[in-house]
Amino acid sequence: MFDFDGLNEIWQTITRNKTRSFLTAFGVFWGIFLLVILSSTGNGFENGLMKQVEGVTPNTAFFYTSTTSEPYKGYQKGRSWTMQMSDLEAIREAFPCIQAISPESSLWSSEEKNVVYNSRGESFSVKGVMPEYNDIQKSKILKGRFINDTDIASCRKVCLLGKKVYETMFEKGEDPLGKMVRVNGIYFQVVGVVRSYTENVNINGTIDESVLLPFTTMQQVYGMGDKIYFFALVADDDTPISSFEDDLKLLIKERHDIAPTDETAIESFNLSEIFGAFKGMFLGIHILIWIVGLGTLMSGIIGVSNIMLVTVKERTREIGVRRALGAKPKNIISQVLSESLLLTVLAGLVGMCIGVGIMAIVAMITSSMPSSDTMFQDPNMGFGAAVTATVIIIVSGLLAGVLPAWRAIQIKAIDAIREE
Amino acid sequence: MIRLENINKTYFGAQPLHVLKGINLHVEEGEMVSIMGASGSGKSTLLNILGILDNYDTGDYYLNGKLVKDLSENEAADMRNRTIGFIFQSFNLIPFKTAMENVALPLYYQNVSRKKRNNLALEYLERFGLREWADHYPNELSGGQKQRVSMARALVTQPKIILADEPTGALDSKTSAEVMQILREVNQSGITMVIVTHEKGIALRTNKIIHLKDGVIENIEINNPDLIDFNTEIK
Ligand SMILES: Nc1ncnc2c1ncn2[C@@H]1O[C@H](COP(=O)(O)OP(=O)(O)OP(=O)(O)O)[C@@H](O)[C@H]1O
Ligand SMILES: [Mg+2]
Repeated sequence: MFDFDGLNEIWQTITRNKTRSFLTAFGVFWGIFLLVILSSTGNGFENGLMKQVEGVTPNTAFFYTSTTSEPYKGYQKGRSWTMQMSDLEAIREAFPCIQAISPESSLWSSEEKNVVYNSRGESFSVKGVMPEYNDIQKSKILKGRFINDTDIASCRKVCLLGKKVYETMFEKGEDPLGKMVRVNGIYFQVVGVVRSYTENVNINGTIDESVLLPFTTMQQVYGMGDKIYFFALVADDDTPISSFEDDLKLLIKERHDIAPTDETAIESFNLSEIFGAFKGMFLGIHILIWIVGLGTLMSGIIGVSNIMLVTVKERTREIGVRRALGAKPKNIISQVLSESLLLTVLAGLVGMCIGVGIMAIVAMITSSMPSSDTMFQDPNMGFGAAVTATVIIIVSGLLAGVLPAWRAIQIKAIDAIREE
Repeated sequence: MIRLENINKTYFGAQPLHVLKGINLHVEEGEMVSIMGASGSGKSTLLNILGILDNYDTGDYYLNGKLVKDLSENEAADMRNRTIGFIFQSFNLIPFKTAMENVALPLYYQNVSRKKRNNLALEYLERFGLREWADHYPNELSGGQKQRVSMARALVTQPKIILADEPTGALDSKTSAEVMQILREVNQSGITMVIVTHEKGIALRTNKIIHLKDGVIENIEINNPDLIDFNTEIK
């Protein structure tokens, strides 16, 4: 369809009326340009948000206990209750889709400076967790290791320091591993330093400012027995937590003689719902952007088609002469289609390049800004979208030429030859 | 070369107009023929049929031994491209193409490579003394030069037959004489030629004058161009 010897032929006709060709092409240029700018900006905000929640597994939920709100099986309402490790085992057994589950216990100290090392003291929160906790709220291990099964099994007196804790308690460059740190009056050996992936999304306080202890050790040394008030879990990606959240609560309620209809005894906080809301919002934004961009592009295409129709009409005589000299219908069709294709593709690609160029500059400026928690990150259109846009340009260039091409082959040689 | 048998053509406009009423005509290979007649007598209509630019209603038209009837667009285009060369009163050069590109255009539709067709075009322009005008656009050429470019374009495909509708209609008498001189030379190289004209001076420079009147051939006049003095004014 597209012959390269004919390229010069087509180029000649396009450049013959430069102003008109430019104005025609501008609609397409603008459509694509807008599409690139808008979708890159949309992606920038999305990437910014994603950066904030990096390291958080979306399919995560947190469960916490509270006093009962209904009387049941002879118990009064307003009863305090707690869960035990056996509850978590039962949950894991009942819901195989759970990939990781960990209790989390917290210590709120009355002491002013609860963490002490080398006569330096500071206040930090203290959490008892299981090794699997790291699969739920992912943290980066900067030094040493995370809490392991042996720590849990033998209630070792070891601890992990959050990045901030390490920086406050130790000299710069000092190796903390193996050092003894006093936490709420009891000495623990440091086995690692961790940093949270993100500073903005943290449940129950940031890891950076916490001291992590093996769950069992913490329960034992601070006399908390087997009481669990709070646990977190991650399910596999194919099973949204909302699909079994209520069943899970029913199971716990049943094990603790709590009314199945009790809404407050055990409550939960589901991250995937929040993620879902964000995803839905960005999907909406993307759809809107493509509608606006494609709409503009479409009007550009209609413009091309329109101008091509006028051009064909003006060139009746020329086309007739070509037919008389031996041009076949397919020659004429290919000429008109190639013309609209070339015009559209050129305009489209220029629009895309300029759009991508501008966004690259914007990306450079935003990334050079110091604040790490910027809500705008790496604004680009994405390779897939660029390919899609290119395909759309090409297809629409051809479509724009269809009607003019059809008109052009209606022109017979005789129409041109006939004087006046 | 050309054989017309009882050709009829009616234009169906506001009211039907029977333009050609049974034309019978033979033109042998290498002949140079002119068609004369009053305005509206159907000369152009006849020539357009000969050039497969227009179709006829009834009768048979044989060109180079082949029946020209109900041809597909592609067959007609091919036949026009390879066997027929056209020369028009208003030249019909493409304004945004140079003289060379205009001459090369028919070869483009034969898929001849750019280099080859430009060389051929230059060769033909040379033949008509227009070598140095090759890169000029039609609006930079005089009427005579334009007609010579269009003759080069008609000949570049080495057609069997040249059809010319009033080739000198837009030219002054001196230029007309030059153009006719070239056409005679072309004819002497063996190419059949049919020229529509209403100028006696032109017709006298052909071997056969076909007089058309009210859609029929009135008479055919045999003529010997060598008898006329070519320095005489045409108009
Ligand atoms: N497309 C058409 N539709 C209707 N009538 C037509 C058409 N083309 C030509 N005619 C009519 O047919 C008749 C013959 O036209 P034609 O062009 O063949 O005349 P001609 O002999 O070439 O005249 P001239 O010497 O003025 O060029 C004229 O009366 C003209 O009005
Ligand atoms: Mg005429």
